[in-house]
Amino acid sequence: MKPFAYLRPATVEEAVRARATHPGSAFLGGGTNLVDLMKLGVSGPELLIDVGRLPLDRIEELPDGGLRIGATVRNSDLAAAPAVRERYPVLSQALLAGASGQLRNAATTGGNLLQRTRCLYFQDVSVPCNKRRPGSGCPAVEGVHRDLAVLGHSAHCVATQPSDMAVALAALDAAVEVTGPDGDRTVPVTAFHRLPGEHPERDTVLEPGELITAVRLPPPRPLAHGHYRKARDRASYAFALVSVAALLEVRDGVVHHAALAYGGLAPRPWRAAAAEEALRGAPATADAFGRAADAELSAARPLRDNGFKVELARRLTVSVLARLAARHR
Amino acid sequence: MESTAPPPDAAGPPPGATRSTVTLHVNGVPHRLTLDHRTTALDALRNHLGLTGTKKGCDHGQCGACTVLVDGRRANSCLLLAVTLDGSALTTVEGLADAEGLHPLQTAFVERDAFQCGYCTPGQLCSAAGVLQEAADGHPCHVTPDTAQPGAPVELTAEEIRERMSGNLCRCGAYPRIVEAIGDATAHPAAPPVPHAVHGLGAVSVHERREAAS
Ligand SMILES: Cc1cc2nc3c(=O)[nH]c(=O)nc-3n(C[C@H](O)[C@H](O)[C@H](O)COP(=O)(O)OP(=O)(O)OC[C@H]3O[C@@H](n4cnc5c(N)ncnc54)[C@H](O)[C@@H]3O)c2cc1C
Ligand code: SF4
Ligand code: FES
Ligand code: FES
Repeated sequence: MKPFAYLRPATVEEAVRARATHPGSAFLGGGTNLVDLMKLGVSGPELLIDVGRLPLDRIEELPDGGLRIGATVRNSDLAAAPAVRERYPVLSQALLAGASGQLRNAATTGGNLLQRTRCLYFQDVSVPCNKRRPGSGCPAVEGVHRDLAVLGHSAHCVATQPSDMAVALAALDAAVEVTGPDGDRTVPVTAFHRLPGEHPERDTVLEPGELITAVRLPPPRPLAHGHYRKARDRASYAFALVSVAALLEVRDGVVHHAALAYGGLAPRPWRAAAAEEALRGAPATADAFGRAADAELSAARPLRDNGFKVELARRLTVSVLARLAARHR
Repeated sequence: MESTAPPPDAAGPPPGATRSTVTLHVNGVPHRLTLDHRTTALDALRNHLGLTGTKKGCDHGQCGACTVLVDGRRANSCLLLAVTLDGSALTTVEGLADAEGLHPLQTAFVERDAFQCGYCTPGQLCSAAGVLQEAADGHPCHVTPDTAQPGAPVELTAEEIRERMSGNLCRCGAYPRIVEAIGDATAHPAAPPVPHAVHGLGAVSVHERREAAS
């Protein structure tokens, strides 16, 4: 690891100013991803700006019935918050499906959204990788890519976005509040992560120097049920092969509202617009759910070794939606 | 935290210094240490304080051998930079026992023979101490039923224990006995969920932190 300076600002303004003054600096949240990448030599900031203790650790009720989650709220506290468990269970479930108890105690909301891909080549500085070293090539296209993308990837990068939390946030229409040298803005979670195209080195639309201050949840739909289901290589403490976050509202046996997002399939949490369109007004049956999944997954372009993800995503979709539909009977 | 360079205006030039002096309260004892910023809490404990009970397995957050309690909450000390913990209270396996004797978890591990080589055991014990507190505080886990009352203490069934302890690997495969031992400790009426050493230092308890956050 390269030596680095350390700063613990007391306010958001100080943090943003320090980051703007020092181009070689990086924000530090819980450190569970950044410290790991620094040990691996993937990241080498000259100055760490520790935002983990900024006073952004509150979960606030919003006047419209939504919630505002501060960027430094720990993943474990967010998953346990009664307001989240009661009104946004899909978010609590997604958080609890990720990492371990120890890691969730340290990981922050902001850091979780910005965690980097688990692609093996990205983490190994001895090999090329377009995301780590632009223009060096992508060994994953022909190499080890069983865990990587089937949707939204490019010839330059086939990595997946690893956060479980982000998948639930995408289904919930959450938005990320950021602040930076040029002021504040709010970005929908579904537009926060970029598709790689020719520039896989940029994971998100965040500009250099911008700090995540909060995540905003719109009010929950009172009649919709939500669920997060994750398929992985072992029962716990493993990243998703495929995951599904679903919200479903059924009236008289017909789908009135559906929101669906996939994890493990793409470089961003994949909001399934085509599936949602197919679901609206459809009978709440396994057949209709399967057709909706097909409407989305027909666009998949699997690599040599990850075609299984398409069928897995289809089965998870049908099973999760059927489970949610059963709760409307 | 005091930087070894003159403390600059936060908005001014980088402190430049790559070392800082921090105070860590370890098992109830304050230690002032001047450390390179790259030093993890794990290396500070083992190499600077001689507390080698906490083990280094993977050094990447993947095995749990380095688990300690920070202000009463379990964390992987290999991914925590010591400089970020200035003023925090750490409890390591060396701090679990008190003048009265072993922590109920330690007793249960001995009685159940919940180890083979023992390398993962300090991390298992500290993690389990964290689990007892989290369950008492009503923190759910992946297998907690949706119908559970938010905020109410969670009963630690074997399934709950297995899921909550999944961040602690055991190369010897002592898992069945580990789960039984933690189950025994849960049943222990006097099991202090959080080790004594964390209290009385002005450290914030898990409960207070949770209230502050909600
Ligand atoms: C063994 C292991 C298993 C894991 N399994 C899973 C899993 O199954 N599912 C899952 O979802 N995750 C998993 N994780 C990843 C974990 O969830 C992330 O490491 C964690 O959420 C990152 O949060 P952090 O606060 O520690 O981020 P940090 O490591 O502190 O930061 C991550 C990035 O975000 C930036 N950053 C942090 N805060 C801010 C902010 N407020 N504004 C702007 N930038 C910021 C940092 O500069 C850095 O680039 C696992 C991690 C490990 C080590
Ligand atoms: S898939 Fe992306 S992250 Fe992985 S090696 Fe290719 S460019 Fe790098
Ligand atoms: S040594 Fe820290 S988790 Fe393995
Ligand atoms: S007892 Fe040997 S690793 Fe667990």
